[in-house]
Amino acid sequence: MVGAACAWYAGRAGLDVILVDRGPVAGGTTGAGEGNLLVSDKEPGPELDLALLSGRLWGELAREFGDAVEYEPKGGVVVASSPDGLVALERFAEGQRAAGVAAEPVAGDRLHDLEPHLAPGLPGAVHYPQDAQVMPALAAAHLLRASAARLLTGHTVTDVLRAPDGTVRGVRTDRGDIHAPAVINAAGTWGGELAALAGVRLPVLPRRGFVLVTEPLPRRVRHKVYAADYVADVASDSAALQTSPVVEGTAAGPILIGASRERVGFDRTFSLPAVRALAAGATRLFPFLERVRAMRSYLGFRPYLPDHLPAVGPDPRVPGLYHACGHEGAGIGLATGTGHLIAQALTAKTPDLDLAPFRPDRFAEEAA
Amino acid sequence: MTERAHLAVIGAGPAGLAASVAAAAGGVRVTLLDAAPEAGGQFYRQPAAELRARRPQALHHQWRTWERLREGLRTHVQSGSVRHLTEHHVWCVERNDDGFTVHALLGPEQEEPAEVRADAVLLATGGYEKVLPFPGWTLPGVVTAGGAQAMLKGALAVSGRTAVVAGTGPLLLPVATGLAAAGVDVSALVESASPKSFVRRSRALAAQPGKVAEGAGYAARLLRHRVRLLAGHTIVEAHGTERLEAVTAAALDGAGRVRPGSERRIPCDTLAVGHGMLPHTDLAETLGCGLDGLAVHVDDEQRTDVPGVWAAGETTGIGGAALSLAEGHIAGRSAAARLTGTEPGPGTWAAADRVRTRLRTFFAALDSVYAPPAHWTEQITDDTVVCRCEEVTGGAVREAVAELGAGDPRTVKLLTRAGMGWCQGRMCGPAVAGLAGCGLTPSRRPFARPVPLGVLARAGELDHQ
Ligand SMILES: Cc1cc2nc3c(=O)[nH]c(=O)nc-3n(C[C@H](O)[C@H](O)[C@H](O)COP(=O)(O)OP(=O)(O)OC[C@H]3O[C@@H](n4cnc5c(N)ncnc54)[C@H](O)[C@@H]3O)c2cc1C
Ligand SMILES: Cc1cc2nc3c(=O)[nH]c(=O)nc-3n(C[C@H](O)[C@H](O)[C@H](O)COP(=O)(O)OP(=O)(O)OC[C@H]3O[C@@H](n4cnc5c(N)ncnc54)[C@H](O)[C@@H]3O)c2cc1C
Repeated sequence: MVGAACAWYAGRAGLDVILVDRGPVAGGTTGAGEGNLLVSDKEPGPELDLALLSGRLWGELAREFGDAVEYEPKGGVVVASSPDGLVALERFAEGQRAAGVAAEPVAGDRLHDLEPHLAPGLPGAVHYPQDAQVMPALAAAHLLRASAARLLTGHTVTDVLRAPDGTVRGVRTDRGDIHAPAVINAAGTWGGELAALAGVRLPVLPRRGFVLVTEPLPRRVRHKVYAADYVADVASDSAALQTSPVVEGTAAGPILIGASRERVGFDRTFSLPAVRALAAGATRLFPFLERVRAMRSYLGFRPYLPDHLPAVGPDPRVPGLYHACGHEGAGIGLATGTGHLIAQALTAKTPDLDLAPFRPDRFAEEAA
Repeated sequence: MTERAHLAVIGAGPAGLAASVAAAAGGVRVTLLDAAPEAGGQFYRQPAAELRARRPQALHHQWRTWERLREGLRTHVQSGSVRHLTEHHVWCVERNDDGFTVHALLGPEQEEPAEVRADAVLLATGGYEKVLPFPGWTLPGVVTAGGAQAMLKGALAVSGRTAVVAGTGPLLLPVATGLAAAGVDVSALVESASPKSFVRRSRALAAQPGKVAEGAGYAARLLRHRVRLLAGHTIVEAHGTERLEAVTAAALDGAGRVRPGSERRIPCDTLAVGHGMLPHTDLAETLGCGLDGLAVHVDDEQRTDVPGVWAAGETTGIGGAALSLAEGHIAGRSAAARLTGTEPGPGTWAAADRVRTRLRTFFAALDSVYAPPAHWTEQITDDTVVCRCEEVTGGAVREAVAELGAGDPRTVKLLTRAGMGWCQGRMCGPAVAGLAGCGLTPSRRPFARPVPLGVLARAGELDHQ
């Protein structure tokens, strides 16, 4: 997704773009996650700023691609499960409002106006109208098709070509060299490996997530609904399993429940405990789901960096190398802003956001 | 703890039955689970009515084997060494620190859960039918080969019908003769394999006197029932408005393309199609068992590469009932030995081993004979529905491949929803792979059956017997 967004915005800025991927379109984490475009789960700071910018850009793209990419500006509802939790949630929302997020408190007795099938007795929630949704694989594929970029699937990058002075000249692939004055690393969870080919360190690591998919149903869940403990999980440093599933209906009918978060490397083994926790969380929020069947479950590996912020922008260590990876569980949502900022950097424009927090060399010290 | 080691066998077809009997005889406690209301699997379950009624010579021997197995099962059930759980749909097998939990759903509703804890598991889940799409294949009246076989149960309901049996593979012969014996007018058996390819493979096939005799028996019966055999032919279209009225069959040229001008229309109200079988590997994959291509990988003892997990029968490769029996026997013996702490000596299953080697060679040879026409995807028009669950057409799949950058079935699925419906791509998988221009690869299905979220949320919390 991030590569497709970079290709789209760079192309629109007048650049000639070649997109290289070893697999098919959306064959990486983009095809293995969900398409929540969330501001609700982000605390004030650089990631929220990027999410707000990205959300606006998704809204613009939706005018052109809306139906094709199943864009739905449906809004999110974050539910507190205890009175204490509600206090914490409302405090969190207050900070977000100050940063430009629309966040409307919902009293317990009004919850069912928003979500008629929610469990009874929940203390309250916050409604986030800016939260939206796309279907990631369709979004990547349609953005790419509409961009002027040349698409080279089935090409593995094996080296980053550099001139004697260290400047980037292009990439070597298993099917030939491609010359270009700028190379963008949008290799997601494998971004660290690509950076290493250019001789620099970028500590991108995998964080496993499972998603549950139900049988198709008539629309009964209207928003993205999740329990408030989610916010704590996203910023967590724990390696253990954590779940607080987002429950959402899709245009095609099935309900998606996801996602778990575990640091177990690239382990593809199915984990019943992980999906059991997803099912338990979802049925607690929506009791009607008890009898609804899970059809399948899939997993993916989010690309995360130690401080949970992506690497976006030029790499001062290698002139001509740019990074656009490490978006963890928000790479679909943050893709548009990332692509836009990368295009600005490539064309020497002043970026809309300060790129300092996203500097790719911010981890360099640890390497020593 | 003096309790005997406990083996859970999943699937009560030839492989699972042979395994259960062998393991129980070897001193372990067995729980045999199957989704069906009766033991027997695909083979013994379906043609039973026909076999009893006519006892054709070619199948006589297998019928006796079945009676022996059923008797063995009954004896072990009575003595308490085998527990047979019918109508248990296993949706997942979980590996725990101290063994395995088999998670099942009960009865036809598949809503109530049941769990079985065991020290080891033996997967004998068999295979399922492969059907490749063509224009008109979704019309009522078009059934799978297995579906046609199931029709035979109500023999009265089928007589007076006119059927065509088509596709490729050794199953088409018994289906055609079975239908004919039940009073159906079978107007043609349309087999895409050419007679030439049989000749080319004749040495490997001739090494199997029993099998060829069986084949010859079928040929004689085809003749007796006046079933016309159209070898080197394929169905290009099924016709009808409300339901099936006729099919168009055509000859194939040497390259596997339809020979222009060779089309002929055959009126019929039933078309039984099949393009072979594919192994059920869902439970094995979720356990982390490695695969060889599309089948579960096993060693000489039928052990998978996950400790404590055996596999036998068509889940490890398609090869007919006799091969499933031999593999089941070996797996049951091996599991019993290993679970009682003994090393199975050479020769423990020498006879079964010989049968296994012989039949695997034979089916490998058959496989290369029975193949769908090389250019079968050309028959799929842009408006042919490929994925029936999600109603995805051939044109939509082609667009995803040609214009949206999909190069594999997984991406086609993401971009078109082909394979996301009830059957989870079991039906359309081969067609989607063909249209995407690549081979069929295993697709992970963590749930072998859809499971209610309430059951999933409490999985592992049931009291175990
Ligand atoms: C379970 C789960 C749920 C998620 N839910 C959400 C959500 O709701 N909202 C959200 O915004 N995000 C979500 N995410 C995160 C999101 O999916 C990712 O952040 C995003 O897909 C990352 O996109 P990307 O383009 O950076 O990476 P990818 O999609 O992985 O793309 C990287 C590409 O680089 C290619 N590549 C790598 N190395 C090479 C090489 N050497 N040569 C050539 N090509 C190479 C790969 O083939 C791959 O296609 C979720 C993730 C998971 C796992
Ligand atoms: C139409 C047709 C005609 C055939 N004719 C012949 C013939 O003439 N000669 C011949 O040799 N072979 C024939 N065969 C093939 C023969 O049926 C198989 O080779 C044989 O049955 C394979 O035995 P098995 O034990 O490996 O699997 P199966 O017989 O397929 O048994 C597998 C069992 O596992 C159960 N199972 C699977 N998954 C689950 C789950 N998740 N939970 C619970 N239970 C599960 C199924 O209910 C089934 O009972 C025919 C097959 C078909 C379909």
